[in-house]
Amino acid sequence: MSAADTSKPVSTSRRKALKTLAAGAGAAALPMWARFAQAQSSEPIRIGFQKHATGIGAAYGRWYDRTTQAAVKLINEAGGINGRPVEIITEDDGTDPKRGAEVVEKFATQYKTDIVFGTLFSHVVIGSAPRAGELKIPYFVVSEGHHVASGALNRWTLQPGITDVKSQVQAMAPFVKENLGKKVTMIFPDFAFGHDHRDFFSAAMKAQGGEIVGLIAIPPTETSFTRYFPKIPRETEVIYHVMVGPGVLTFVKEMGEFFGPSSPEIFGFIDSLEAVDLNSPGLEFLDGTYFWEGYPRYVQPDQTPYDRFYRAAVGLDENGAALEDPRDVATMAHMFGCWETLHVIKQGMEAADYQGPADRARLIEAVEAITDMPHSNEHPQGAKLFNGRTHQVFGPQYISKVTGGKLLVTHTAPIEDTLYPDEVDYTTQPL
Amino acid sequence: MDFGPYLLLASLEGAVLASVLALMASGLSLVFGVMRVVNVAHGEFYMLGAVLAWWVASLAGGSVVLGFVLALVLAPLIVGAIAATADIVVLRRLSYDPERTIVATIGLLYIIQQLTLMSYGPEARPVVAPFNTRLAIPWFEFADGGLRMYWPWGLSTTSYKLFVIFAAVAVLLGIRVMMTRSRAGLLMRATQQDREIAQAFGIPVERVYAVVFGIGAGLAALAGVLIVPIQQAHYLMGLDALLLSFIVVIIGGLGSLAGTVIAAVLIGMSEGIISVFFSPTLAKIIATLLVAFVLVFRPQGLMGKRVR
Repeated sequence: MSAADTSKPVSTSRRKALKTLAAGAGAAALPMWARFAQAQSSEPIRIGFQKHATGIGAAYGRWYDRTTQAAVKLINEAGGINGRPVEIITEDDGTDPKRGAEVVEKFATQYKTDIVFGTLFSHVVIGSAPRAGELKIPYFVVSEGHHVASGALNRWTLQPGITDVKSQVQAMAPFVKENLGKKVTMIFPDFAFGHDHRDFFSAAMKAQGGEIVGLIAIPPTETSFTRYFPKIPRETEVIYHVMVGPGVLTFVKEMGEFFGPSSPEIFGFIDSLEAVDLNSPGLEFLDGTYFWEGYPRYVQPDQTPYDRFYRAAVGLDENGAALEDPRDVATMAHMFGCWETLHVIKQGMEAADYQGPADRARLIEAVEAITDMPHSNEHPQGAKLFNGRTHQVFGPQYISKVTGGKLLVTHTAPIEDTLYPDEVDYTTQPL
Repeated sequence: MDFGPYLLLASLEGAVLASVLALMASGLSLVFGVMRVVNVAHGEFYMLGAVLAWWVASLAGGSVVLGFVLALVLAPLIVGAIAATADIVVLRRLSYDPERTIVATIGLLYIIQQLTLMSYGPEARPVVAPFNTRLAIPWFEFADGGLRMYWPWGLSTTSYKLFVIFAAVAVLLGIRVMMTRSRAGLLMRATQQDREIAQAFGIPVERVYAVVFGIGAGLAALAGVLIVPIQQAHYLMGLDALLLSFIVVIIGGLGSLAGTVIAAVLIGMSEGIISVFFSPTLAKIIATLLVAFVLVFRPQGLMGKRVR
């Protein structure tokens, strides 16, 4: 069977889109109808979703998937992109860089998707991006890693929906130094993402007049953590922790058991407890400690209508868990990136009048031209600023305090605190 | 941290690992000793134990203690039954041919792992320990010419970790008594010494094999249940455990229970101490190096007998 046979369009979503169209054939549907008439093809736009369905990123993959499906449903209900329905084609990458590159290739050559989207883990992004560049397929990552803005990747890789570690930690360092202490020990996962934390937080802390007294790297596949903690120097005033992988709950629990009542101040990235119930047994010691949050997990007193809209569409309750199962806690601080990235893709495709793979380069240029993204249903995390030269978006950062088993936002760092000078200009690279 | 408290903490961590490892490896060793089967799927039985513990505990609902006790009883039994069935359905049909059983157990490994992934999912789920009190440990130092007691920072363990150590010791003693004092143990030892003569004396060798394979898997599952309140149940957790068990069994001598326990303590403690003082990777390197040395200089292992 040839590759063309296997990539026959799945007719269900197209039919569904047409049905939606017929159902909404009122006055409101009129401009949409006009757009459909203009569309050269009503073939779906195919987005290849590189999903961490298995491996150390599985919890993130599950929620990236739910957020993506919710956003696509919404986009299709509103008429799709350029009058064409959007279809998500999902493939598991096992949270593995080698498999990641293969999945990108499979999307480009076998499924013939228009773009590839949705990768989180930084080592998978770094492993996959060169292949996307070679195949000249737009690769929209939702990763947080600084590798996009550092210039390490290529013009085909963009991160328009989630901020990067460098800007996050830069906004955290002043708060840590002023409110918690000057002597910091960092505990971080031993791969690209953790190294970003190590390098940029150390630099940001030193710039603030603070000091890093200990650096403890832990492999992300680790399951037992107590043996790492004795390396924490006694003079430590603040523990800075960020952990990923299947053992995060054990990590935080064992940290509490290690310190007991004589704990230093603790500042964590919520990554250490993503998809984990904050009220799990053994986490009581976290009360009063601080977390960075990319997106507030719990509904805040000053909830925006955009947050309400987003939670309802994805199916989240006010504690950031699934509506149907309150024990199924989401990866709130990261998955909004999928939602926002898909809306950026829609905006870019409409600006470029995207019709098919031949327009891929125009799509890149159209997204590079985007600057301001207002706080809206499309961008519920906050107003954002996209830098087309570095392919990286910048946005607000939240610091929350654990109060009575919930995370209450105590400090919001504005975009200005997160900016840094450009390290690359991708627009000078040929497409 | 000062050297003394540091060493004590490392030893405690090592002891927990050693006891879980001893349980698991003695299952592997028992199966090899009696059946001459190298069970590559052993790690998956350990994982199944942990996953079933989560399942039983979540079915038990409110009561944490009841859930854990039920898991402690049910998980090894269920896993043992699965293993015995696998023995009857698969291994027996291969006539326990060494090469073919290795391939068959590799197949079993992937079947169990993928079925778990398809049903239980890729998440790492926690099981709440029935009791888990933090116990701070005091330390002594000479100050002002006298002995003074103080509480070093971070030097602590939990009541549950101590329980794991005691439970493992108790189970291992039980296995020892069963092997040396009971009729079932006699039949197993007879089968181990010479299968054909045992059969000639009317011992139901095939049934002994199924039971031994079940007990071996049950021990791995028990280790899984004991570890799951400390770690989390995850479908890939069997791999590391399998590797360490093989290291232990090779160093201790395949088929020797005493050697297995000694090697488990040796590997567990050194892994604990080296990974606290240096790095967990170095601990793995040293353990593997030790295996190489044992294979070169004492191929039968510390306590193993030379193969006839």
